[in-house]
Amino acid sequence: MPLLLIGIGGFLLNASLPSIHQFGFDFLGTKIWDPARDNYGILAFVFGTLISSLIAILIAAPLSIFTALFLTEVASRRLQKSASFIIEMLAAIPSVVYGLWGIYVLAPFLRVYVEPFLGKTLGFLPLFQGPSYGVGMLAAGIILSIMIIPTITAVTKEVFLSIPNSYREAAMALGATRWEVIKMAVIKTGSAGILGAVILGLGRALGETMAVTMVIGNRSDISISLFAPGQSMSSVIANEYSEATSSLHISALLEIGLVLFLITFFINSLARVFVWRASLRGSTR
Amino acid sequence: MSSLSEQMEHTFRLRNLKSYCMLAMIVLAFVVSALPLFAVFAHIIKLGFSALNFDFFTKLPAPVGESGGGLANALLGTAILVGIASVIGIPWGVSIGIYLSEYGKSKTASVVRFCVDMLVSIPSIVVGLFIYELIVIPMKGFSANAGGVALSILMIPTIARTTEEILKLIPAHVREAGLGLGIPRWKVTLFIIVRGSLMPISTGVILAISRVAGETAPLLFTALSSRFWFDGFNKPIASLSVQIFNYAISPFEDWQSQAWGGALLLVLFVFVVNLSVRILLLRTNTSKGKQI
Repeated sequence: MPLLLIGIGGFLLNASLPSIHQFGFDFLGTKIWDPARDNYGILAFVFGTLISSLIAILIAAPLSIFTALFLTEVASRRLQKSASFIIEMLAAIPSVVYGLWGIYVLAPFLRVYVEPFLGKTLGFLPLFQGPSYGVGMLAAGIILSIMIIPTITAVTKEVFLSIPNSYREAAMALGATRWEVIKMAVIKTGSAGILGAVILGLGRALGETMAVTMVIGNRSDISISLFAPGQSMSSVIANEYSEATSSLHISALLEIGLVLFLITFFINSLARVFVWRASLRGSTR
Repeated sequence: MSSLSEQMEHTFRLRNLKSYCMLAMIVLAFVVSALPLFAVFAHIIKLGFSALNFDFFTKLPAPVGESGGGLANALLGTAILVGIASVIGIPWGVSIGIYLSEYGKSKTASVVRFCVDMLVSIPSIVVGLFIYELIVIPMKGFSANAGGVALSILMIPTIARTTEEILKLIPAHVREAGLGLGIPRWKVTLFIIVRGSLMPISTGVILAISRVAGETAPLLFTALSSRFWFDGFNKPIASLSVQIFNYAISPFEDWQSQAWGGALLLVLFVFVVNLSVRILLLRTNTSKGKQI
């Protein structure tokens, strides 16, 4: 198993050496991606990945935390079972199906209703300016948020379940209302675990490929508007791999894979530390 | 005095009001989170059902520009790819799970466990790149084998993790009883511990299979795609998920409709597997509870 992990890293590193030699750190810092002239920089893709994941987290984190609260603190036992199943099914739907739905249902919906509305009400912000295409950063962020809600919810749920009931009873005995019990005993105690869960969701969002490729619009440019099409690190790999001809192009795509691998590795280790600490605290007390 | 109690009454009412508002928000959050599932289901059924006909299950894709044709080769291809992945992934994953649960207290084991955790959350497209370098380039071509191996790498950590979780639930006294009878440790592990949990382990395996059946990203440049029947393990092979992707981004309405049909099949498969596993587990749990 460790060999497999090291092997993945090693192979990617080895294969991306030509591109690393050629471009050095400029690879990360420039936004010109020009296969015709064999000149590669991935800043635009890093930007696309970060922004779409950030949108996803902003939508998914509050929804997931509240959903986990619903499952553990509010719902009755029977309701909890079927409600959990519904949320788990969200994770079971293949990403390509989300992409299909994103292209033909979500993107037109955004183009016709949501984006013009946002443009009208919040149009003074540069975030919400420009023509609405439907596909773009916003669509990618929303699809990603749907896909990471089950991840964050599941981990947060575990964290909440590990909090001893005596905490809740203590808060109740102080005369707290139901919300105050949740706030004092559940959210505050589980905050480290919640953070870990959100980071875990971020890790998933960063590496997600198919659904993002299908709805992000695939234009390698940096634009401040959320309506504008973009390109993420994983989507550029998926789009260009089978057509890459020059060896430097392939090497550059592999280097993107390497960067993606390192980022997700780092993010997931971080999440593990938080979740591990939270569950440890829950079990010892 | 009365003003103080009035004030308390007032704040109490406010607190209660706030509590109710927040509870309503919590219920609302769940509804909003669950909504996409129903939306996706509704659209897939509406748009996919009409694409499913006899041809869909029996015919090859029609040439560009002609209507009709089916996805039979992609269905077969997905079955073959998942088959290859299972042959590699199930034994490997289960044995790692057994190792972690039964011999999991050493330093090496915790390193292995960390690696399993990292591999679970590795982006699937990175696995695709790895297999491209490892198999596709040396073998000089896209192949069913490469696709199957890529899927197996996604299966191994999931299976290892669920197997470990399941075996950990078995109380220590079962192991001690076996050892107390003088049975060697490997026999206790294999014939008492694993055999007793065969059922939940296999449900974990089935869930892992249903998950990789819908994977697309690692297949794009390992198994590639094909418009023809299965042609040997060292040739490119079609798969349902890649075909859905290709058809979804194509400009032809006929193909798009077939993409919806494929998506309907895929989602139905995943849904039925998940639901039946859940019912199965529930039934065994309750029957066991009655026995004890």
